[in-house]
Amino acid sequence: MLKIENIDQNDHIVLQLKGEIDASNSVDLDAAIQEMLNKGAKKILVDCAQLEYISSAGLGVFMSYLEEFQEKDVQIVIFGLLEKVHQVFVILGLDKLITIKTTQQDALEAML
Amino acid sequence: MNDLKLYCDTQQLASLRDFLHNTLRQTGLNEIDIHQLILAVEEVCANMIIHSHSCDPETYINLRTQISEEEIVFEITDMGKGFNLLEYQEPEIAEVVKTKRKGGLGIMLVKKIMDKIEFESNGVKNTCRLIKGLNSK
Repeated sequence: MLKIENIDQNDHIVLQLKGEIDASNSVDLDAAIQEMLNKGAKKILVDCAQLEYISSAGLGVFMSYLEEFQEKDVQIVIFGLLEKVHQVFVILGLDKLITIKTTQQDALEAML
Repeated sequence: MNDLKLYCDTQQLASLRDFLHNTLRQTGLNEIDIHQLILAVEEVCANMIIHSHSCDPETYINLRTQISEEEIVFEITDMGKGFNLLEYQEPEIAEVVKTKRKGGLGIMLVKKIMDKIEFESNGVKNTCRLIKGLNSK
């Protein structure tokens, strides 16, 4: 089960991911990110505090947007990762490609 | 020894994770290790469901787990064209980003998490064995 919520806050959007992302629902994550880009979002905070699981299907979605984020000057920061999920980012070295912070406050401060 | 018959529908992946979780929590491994093993097995199964079986829910793959003191063996068998992940050349992360390909990361995870991967096929039945040593780390 995956629940995705968009929370508009002043100058940024919080994308809250709850549950599990696998090959059956990664398209929903893809659609949510695409929609934010279409709306012209420039600062995206991804709240993963309640994300219990993400497989390569979900990680691949994030990776597939990295260039577009850069081209469009979109800042994205992930925060709140559970340690078991964080380790998956580390195994693949994705923690070096995408900014990961502990708390929402840290994530906000990491944005320019 | 535990067996699971997994029908080729990505909606079944959640029940695969439940099965693996129930099986692996008897091992005494910590939560992070269990999480990684579940992930690696799911990556292989998802790959077979999507690429070898085109998500045809009439077909299935079999998973058997065998736990001994030294190792855990996940044996995944199916009938059909088979997918030899040992022959699959996974892309570099930079290439994944550049080409915006959404696949490729899964096999990379499997190879990093498991200690040994075996594949054999007799043209009809394919067997993939994922092995994790219990004293390796």
